[in-house]
Amino acid sequence: MSVDATTVRRIAHLARIAVNDEEVAPLQGELNAILAFVEQLSEVDVEGIEPMTSVTPMAMKKRTDVVTDGGHARDIVFNAPETEDHYFLVPKVVE
Amino acid sequence: MTHLNELTLAEARDGLKAKDFSATDLAKAHLSAIEAARGLNAYLLETPERALQMAEVADTKIASGEARPLEGLPLGVKDLFCTHGVTTTAGSRILEGFQPHYESAVTHNLWRDGAVMLGKLNLDEFAMGSSNETSAYGDVVSPWRRQENGALSDTKLVPGGSSGGSAAAVAAHLCLGATATDTGGSIRQPAAFTGTVGIKPTYGRCSRWGTVAYASSLDQAGPIARTVRDCAILLGSMSGPDARDTTCADLPVPDFEAAVARGVKGLTIGIPKEYRVEGMSAEIQALWDKGAAMLKDAGATVREISLPHTRYALPAYYIVAPAEASSNLARYDGVRYGLRVPGKDIAGMYENTRAAGFGREVKRRIMIGTYVLSAGYYDAYYVRAQKIRTLIKRDFEEAYASGIDAILTPATPSAAFGIGEKGSSDPVEMYLQDVFTITVNMAGLPGISVPAGLDAQGLPLGLQLIGRPFDEETLFAAAQVIETAAGRTKLPAAWWA
Repeated sequence: MSVDATTVRRIAHLARIAVNDEEVAPLQGELNAILAFVEQLSEVDVEGIEPMTSVTPMAMKKRTDVVTDGGHARDIVFNAPETEDHYFLVPKVVE
Repeated sequence: MTHLNELTLAEARDGLKAKDFSATDLAKAHLSAIEAARGLNAYLLETPERALQMAEVADTKIASGEARPLEGLPLGVKDLFCTHGVTTTAGSRILEGFQPHYESAVTHNLWRDGAVMLGKLNLDEFAMGSSNETSAYGDVVSPWRRQENGALSDTKLVPGGSSGGSAAAVAAHLCLGATATDTGGSIRQPAAFTGTVGIKPTYGRCSRWGTVAYASSLDQAGPIARTVRDCAILLGSMSGPDARDTTCADLPVPDFEAAVARGVKGLTIGIPKEYRVEGMSAEIQALWDKGAAMLKDAGATVREISLPHTRYALPAYYIVAPAEASSNLARYDGVRYGLRVPGKDIAGMYENTRAAGFGREVKRRIMIGTYVLSAGYYDAYYVRAQKIRTLIKRDFEEAYASGIDAILTPATPSAAFGIGEKGSSDPVEMYLQDVFTITVNMAGLPGISVPAGLDAQGLPLGLQLIGRPFDEETLFAAAQVIETAAGRTKLPAAWWA
């Protein structure tokens, strides 16, 4: 399978990465090189094979559903580009 | 007299214990070596004040007889590990100036055991790369140079990647050892390129908590150091159970250092025939044969084995890893941390932020990941790749069930290459660097890279040993046999200082 310029723009939008017109053609070439490389996987017979979900045989660790930590609002917003009163600020999303 | 920074980690530990020098002396020797080596661009951030402060505490502990296992030993930290109050960038513009308010589990364990932090080491952006050329903060230059007509060439070589800063710093004596991470070969390939030792332990041996994520089902931390013993000492401190990482194994940490001297008598080493790839250089083949002979001479049985799905590991990786990366890196949205570039609305802000903050290779992998996970392609790409991953793991399980204790392969297809030489138009050219190491991540196994000789141009070459799950001890034992037989690689004289 290979991607065309429209698909490259669609993927970029899905990935929330702005691309300008000059970037589309090189990206298309690079993505198609990778897709051509992975194409060989279609020759493997995977009939009846389970897809891997865990690389080591282990049960998912669980803990009691209780509050174990908290009170770090200042630390949490410390690196945010814009904050107010320990809230993250974003551009207006609801009119 | 040997400069203090040229000691091995074990020698430095013993010297501190014998009070031959102080932790402060040792830290200062490293800090001045780092300052003189800035041209290599191995350190992104030097933390001399922190180092001297930690060394002072170490000296007090040593004086009062309370020395901890790594007391006073100066280390470098790959800038993928979050360090409390110390800028952590993952080699990306998008995290420029990011100051974590927490400490990664791995570095926390090292400081708990008394180690001293020298600074943060350069890496490929978000650990995506095999040459340290994708870092937003510039390439790392390898301390190694080619021999041409009896003289050192001026061509700048890559240290490998993604842990290029870690490998270069260890090889250039800018730390006694360093933390590193390995998602497809990022510890073992740079170790091989720089004549150092690097181990990627079994998936789950080290906690991933507080380490910037690339591909969570493949990422694993490990050390790079100058000897097998030094790696064993460091891994012993770095690993261990952690409730905060649900994939971290609840297993006791064995005495890795004790395993170093075990030898390989009675072990069976497998030589996988599928690793004899098309176009393999005669030099790499000869090195591999030499490694097998060393293990045989030390009492191991060497047997050819088959791992039939080997060739599919690399393409399957380039579906699984980008898929996980596209999900993990969704968090860099200009809201909670890092760069923010305004846009016409919130989606525009996300898109502009990520366009400006991510480098080319990272964007490429996020987009491939987004594509293979998108509606209509998920089964054809992602599910198929995960099924192939099951087959790759099964190959190893069958080999181990047939009595194989460890597997010997080359670590890389070649010695280090020049900066700018590979992958500029076709990304796959660079991806092929990891052809021998990537299977190990896909199967979650431990793998160690150990120097075994030099190529015709005087550059180091490494061999890889792959072990059973959670049997790093056998890898340390076998790697020590190779290190002893091959002789420790003589690291380059400091042309950069």
